[in-house]
Amino acid sequence: MSGVRVLVGTRKGAFVLSADGKREQWDVSGPHFAGWEIYHVKGSPADPSRLFASQCSGWFGQQIQRSDDGGVTWEPVGNKFSYEGTAGTHQWYDGTPHPWEFERVWHLEPSRDDPELVYAGVEDAGLFRSTDGGQSWQELPGLRTHPSGPSWQPGAGGMCLHTIILDPRQPGRMYAAISAAGAFRSDDAGETWKPVNRGLRSEGIPDEDAEVGHCVHRIAMHPSRPDVLYMQKHWDVMRSDDSGDSWHEVSGNLPTDFGFPIDVHAHEPGTVYVVPITSDSYHYPPEGKLRVYRSRTGGDDWEALTKGLPQEHCYVNVLRDAMAVDSLDSCGVYFGTTGGQVYASADAGDSWAPIVRDLPAVLSVEVQTLS
Amino acid sequence: MIRVVLPTHLRTLACVDGEVELAVAGRVTQRSVLDALEDRYPMLRGTIRDHDSGRRRAFVRFFACEEDLSHERPDDPLPQAVATGAEPYLIVGAMAGG
Repeated sequence: MSGVRVLVGTRKGAFVLSADGKREQWDVSGPHFAGWEIYHVKGSPADPSRLFASQCSGWFGQQIQRSDDGGVTWEPVGNKFSYEGTAGTHQWYDGTPHPWEFERVWHLEPSRDDPELVYAGVEDAGLFRSTDGGQSWQELPGLRTHPSGPSWQPGAGGMCLHTIILDPRQPGRMYAAISAAGAFRSDDAGETWKPVNRGLRSEGIPDEDAEVGHCVHRIAMHPSRPDVLYMQKHWDVMRSDDSGDSWHEVSGNLPTDFGFPIDVHAHEPGTVYVVPITSDSYHYPPEGKLRVYRSRTGGDDWEALTKGLPQEHCYVNVLRDAMAVDSLDSCGVYFGTTGGQVYASADAGDSWAPIVRDLPAVLSVEVQTLS
Repeated sequence: MIRVVLPTHLRTLACVDGEVELAVAGRVTQRSVLDALEDRYPMLRGTIRDHDSGRRRAFVRFFACEEDLSHERPDDPLPQAVATGAEPYLIVGAMAGG
């Protein structure tokens, strides 16, 4: 029987939310790693029983946890993330050179077809790879050592590599996004990288259309159309039809084009979801109304999805890795909030209901579709 | 045997209850105790000291015999009471955060 497993990372632990294909009755497991920040939990597409979790603490640093039974039991695996060679410097907030220092793992991206292969995006921005199921990690230094690296600056949340997308059709092609450097593409399995930010314009940087320096919040791709990318930038929702070589704005009629997550319907590659947030000064939804916006036209034309979501007095945020879709026949959409709610829609966003209401602030949401 | 008290989160990570007892060969120093601890519980590597530099993490403190040893040199001998097991060596998460 089909079902889903929603993997939730929060400020104070991880939670696993499970349901059958109807997605009405939920079993809640957790907190796992209670008291630790869980930036991301993600399952291996190649082996759905295998999960990886990024567990970290200001006191005790980074752990990577792995489960081989769908999140019932976990074991710590490798937690040593050392930059290759001389780490060098990037710019600090005040413009001075600052040594590259590992802080935490923001995002884990397991391979689509090899359960031993997993990538990690880290702060300070770097890309690591494990070929032994997370036991050991090696940096792919070509990204960090790109000639523009010394000019990268952290965003307010740190200089994080938060997005890793593996192209399902073209072996070796992958994307990474860094706040606040921008989007990058590799066509040789991560050995070398080029910035792919043409068409982005960002107020707040000296050269608004610079090659690097943009605060990209999230990028999404549909596997059936891997050349089409959608981006939620600090401000602006953007689209590329040429694998990131150029971007154009598709914010259209959104009430605000600031936000963090963006995702694509599992079966409709032109159906896109965002959660508009008032501004970078407020970090909560406009008018206190929590609204997901859906475009069925690949951007520009957006409709508000409100049924089941609070439409007054709502002042939560939805962070960049906190939205996901399942691939059941009627696509499920999920997102978590900084107020501790995880909302689910079993009808592609038409209606919503909370699975849980009172978790710690949600940092990430992923979902596995189980057969 | 050297008695070591871990903070709650590291006890959970290492799957231990209460104190840890360690046999330490040679001089009993902060470095030799932590080396023995990490050999026994590899999952603690990187949680107390930086993997590469070996430096104490900023929000970790080392206490023993009612003294703060956090700023002592890692190869200085620990108090005799710790070396004999009369007193524990305390690894403490600093009071900070929420």
